[in-house]
Amino acid sequence: MPAPIITISHVFKDFGSVRAVNDANFEIEQGEFFSLLGPSGCGKTTLLRMLAGFEVPTRGSIHIDGRDVTVVPPNHRPVNMVFQNYAIFPHLNVASNIAFGMRKSGLSKDELAGRIEEMLELIRLPGYGERTAMELSGGQRQRVALARALIKQPKVLLLDEPLGALDKKLREQMQIELRQLQQQVGITFVFVTHDQEEALTLSDRIAVMSQGDVLEISTPGELYEAPGSRFVADFIGTMNFFDCTLSEFGNGMASATSADLGRVHAVCDAPPAAIGESFVLGIRPEKFQLAFDDAGATENAVKGRMGPSAYLGDRSHFYVYLQDRDEPVSVALPNLAKSLERISGAGQDVWLTWPDDAAVLLPGEEQTGRQ
Amino acid sequence: MADRRAGTNGIGVYAADGREDVVVRGARRSRLNGFGVYAVAYLVFLYLPVAVLPLFSFNDSQYVTFPLKGFTLKWYYALADSQGLLNGFWNSVKVAVSVSVLSTVLGIFAAKAVTRYRMRGRGGLIGFIMVPLVIPEIILGISLLITFSLGGVALSLVTVGIGHLLLCVPFSMLVLISRMEGFDPSMEEAARDLGENAWGTFWRVTFPIIFPGIVASLLLTFTISFDEFVLAFFLCGTDATLPVHIWSQLRFPEKLPSVLSLGAIIVVASTIVVFTAELIRRGGVQLTPSRL
Repeated sequence: MPAPIITISHVFKDFGSVRAVNDANFEIEQGEFFSLLGPSGCGKTTLLRMLAGFEVPTRGSIHIDGRDVTVVPPNHRPVNMVFQNYAIFPHLNVASNIAFGMRKSGLSKDELAGRIEEMLELIRLPGYGERTAMELSGGQRQRVALARALIKQPKVLLLDEPLGALDKKLREQMQIELRQLQQQVGITFVFVTHDQEEALTLSDRIAVMSQGDVLEISTPGELYEAPGSRFVADFIGTMNFFDCTLSEFGNGMASATSADLGRVHAVCDAPPAAIGESFVLGIRPEKFQLAFDDAGATENAVKGRMGPSAYLGDRSHFYVYLQDRDEPVSVALPNLAKSLERISGAGQDVWLTWPDDAAVLLPGEEQTGRQ
Repeated sequence: MADRRAGTNGIGVYAADGREDVVVRGARRSRLNGFGVYAVAYLVFLYLPVAVLPLFSFNDSQYVTFPLKGFTLKWYYALADSQGLLNGFWNSVKVAVSVSVLSTVLGIFAAKAVTRYRMRGRGGLIGFIMVPLVIPEIILGISLLITFSLGGVALSLVTVGIGHLLLCVPFSMLVLISRMEGFDPSMEEAARDLGENAWGTFWRVTFPIIFPGIVASLLLTFTISFDEFVLAFFLCGTDATLPVHIWSQLRFPEKLPSVLSLGAIIVVASTIVVFTAELIRRGGVQLTPSRL
């Protein structure tokens, strides 16, 4: 296994009495698309700025490409950054913006011009060299910011919410372009975002952060399908949580009772709690099946009443109310046949069922602490 | 925006804008509304006294009274022959150039510190530096005079310069802080990130972006120093600056027309300077669109 390109060792960062980053300790592999994901104020940007050299850790060390860069200033690090608002220099044209960092590159004028042209091709803005920054759209600026950083051939490219300022369509398009670009140039990307969908779409691995802590580092699929904590399960996508008491565990199958759901069983590798103790069962909205009549199932099935719904084109979202539970269950179903019938079914009795491998079993409240 | 305030040196410029507006609207409605009348009255009040200067500077009489006698350039020739006046002019230029450069440099440092670093007591500090703006100049002049004589410092153009610096730094700061606040600090971070050290970052990014603010600060402080009278009167010793010299000449009626011609030259020169500055300012990099 190749050496990691970035090693973050027990990094803490305090601003006065506020701890922005609390014991970050992980590695990022060469060539990875790695995302730092979390709500605003979770410390993700501070961590990125420590990688860039704009902040110095209060404690701990950072190695990039085998070298301790903990206190190395930004201009002496083998990393470059794409800023949230792109920070395109307004007094320079596109070509000069891209060439900004190449002053000490030792390239001749012609070589540099060639490199700039290559970069413009790469970001698909050929012939834009003479334009001023003011003439560019948001998406174009973003690409110029990318080119300006990539022409330096950094070991790592840092991106601070670079798609945040773009509208939805353009953002989705840029996500695809960004991913293609990363595979094309083979540089490690460290990407900060608060948009979980964006992180899931782009990343090889994601570090989920909350209140300065790195809660979990995993692949998008793992984070979505098998989150390790209630916070992560809640933050990534939508999750319905049910309190359960474990009654039996054996052969990779847990049986439990729940006040909301009755008797349930679920596939899992290890018991989520001791027998007789409580744990939390999480079910994603799209894992449910919904029927208007009783299928006769006694386990992993619950009766409810159809609440309000939202039609989203390719799918619909429903709220289903269970007896003795205030919070509705969130259900998402693809809009196949009979979708409209379901949407107009508010107030009717419905039955929810789910397969035994659909649920996520999480430790009980007292172990994780309620968010 | 203090930036625009700098342009109020360019009152003329904004007034001109206003008048243009009135004319256009007047033409469209073929009569002036209340606001138009007010604007015209305001402009007349503003410029009539100034127009008196060139008018009488070409008048072939030493008395400033109507009716006008005849056209002459002799007051302008007399101007060139007046050694005391030329001395005063060069003294003022020397002081004003040094003061404007120094106070702009100090203003850049201060604006950078205030806008870019997490500082304790930031508000208090700014307030403290701004105090000379509100202290009456005569008080400032007396206290400086006492301080210098207590310290055994001989009065000269240097002491005038020090007094003017005290007065000008707050203006430089106001102009430059607003320019610095108007541009995104991540531009400077981007320059650092792309391999520039602090010095390179300043020259390649900060300086070009705040350049219009620097020009505004230089012009503003130059004019403040150039026509400042009270402090100069207290602190110049025997090296009279131009305003001090003019004041001393007013005792002699025969010198008055020459003073008027000098005034006319200064009005024309400052108008040119202000328009140039405004052109530079408008030609400066626009900051807003880059912030999306």
